[in-house]
Amino acid sequence: MRYIRPHSLEEAAGLLAGSTGTAAILAGGSDLLVRMKGGFIEPDLIVDIKAIDGLGEIRETAEGFSIGAAVPCALMGESAALKREWPGVVEAARLIGSKQVQGRCTIVGNLCNASPAADSVPALVAAGARALIIGPGGRRTIPVEAVPTAPGKTSLAKGEIIEAILLDRRAPRSGDAYLRFIPRTEMDIAVVSAGVNLTLDEQGAVESARVAVGAAAPTVLLVEEAAEVLIGSKLDDATLERLAKVCSGACRPIDDKRGTVEFRRKVAGVLARRAATTAYARAGGK
Amino acid sequence: MAGVAVSTTINGDNVEYLCQPDETLLDVLRDRLGLTGAKEGCGTGDCGACSIILDDRLVCSCLVLGAEAEGRRVETVEGMAHGDRLHPLQQKFLEHAALQCGVCTPGFLIAAKDLLAKNPDPTEEEIRFGLAGNLCRCTGYDKIVRAVQDAASVMKGA
Repeated sequence: MRYIRPHSLEEAAGLLAGSTGTAAILAGGSDLLVRMKGGFIEPDLIVDIKAIDGLGEIRETAEGFSIGAAVPCALMGESAALKREWPGVVEAARLIGSKQVQGRCTIVGNLCNASPAADSVPALVAAGARALIIGPGGRRTIPVEAVPTAPGKTSLAKGEIIEAILLDRRAPRSGDAYLRFIPRTEMDIAVVSAGVNLTLDEQGAVESARVAVGAAAPTVLLVEEAAEVLIGSKLDDATLERLAKVCSGACRPIDDKRGTVEFRRKVAGVLARRAATTAYARAGGK
Repeated sequence: MAGVAVSTTINGDNVEYLCQPDETLLDVLRDRLGLTGAKEGCGTGDCGACSIILDDRLVCSCLVLGAEAEGRRVETVEGMAHGDRLHPLQQKFLEHAALQCGVCTPGFLIAAKDLLAKNPDPTEEEIRFGLAGNLCRCTGYDKIVRAVQDAASVMKGA
């Protein structure tokens, strides 16, 4: 096995593209090292991207935020501007693992690990986040929901690296929220989860919405019908009831030791409803 | 197989070592450098027994490669006492009997040190939450929390 710490993205992409055998990108390592230890992966090449300039930073741009691929989730929690504009994304990222894991884990890693139960992903999908990808063919940007294609699988081609996650600058009267169900109080994997992102009009009615449900299908679900339910409403009880029903109906969950199909369906609706209520309040809705 | 040459700082000392590319920093500390304070509990980042501070961030050293320490600052439990003078956290862990078998203790000490560095006056809830990444199967946690509270008040007075 070789360990290489390149200083530029081009060099990193070149190393990955030119590698024979199994190559792995190392940022926080909180998934990669566990998989190596368990014998699930034996990389021939590890490309540590943390020495690449800018990848460890959260940058505020004219368009919004660019969160570098090597930014640990703890750093997201320390960014006042990010927390103010995207509190739901930050609260989701901060739910991953323990404080020790927070010091290392990244949202790009969470996305590329492609677990259906990834905590940050429903919040990012609801936020309309995009992944900035660099590869042998240059740069491209795709919606976050287009990255995972199945549990453990992504749409990234050989040699491609997600360089950053891009979040838009907020319109006035916007709010987002993320909730998950776990049987403990912290340090667990979502049994089911929901992220909601709303922008209100001047009258306080929902103008635009995105709703995502996690751990309820092979990949995180963007539930467009749920957004349609919310648009035009002020989140009255009947609307929230319909939101819950639509989200429950969109689920295609599995039965496992952490939750049954029936439980996941029901709780997906409950969490979507609660996340919508929080997002609405954060947007200034009453 | 040729090793990776690493130059780093551990508890304020410049340290150089050779390690294998797939070797964890925990294994380097324990097996190459004789710093056996950090313990291997689970080896998968769940128990916190291998906690260290890497560039001011609390991390599990089992989830860091030895090669990654190049040019960085590592703090381990061995750096907490000054000669015979224990760190207030170590002293309070003794006074409160906040340990039994002791395997988790170095991880708790480092995690508590990191916690108090960032929040010198934590509430009980903040302590419990801040130490949630460290597992102890002996004490029931209560004595650990009391020791950290007591150490915090001593350190504030210092």
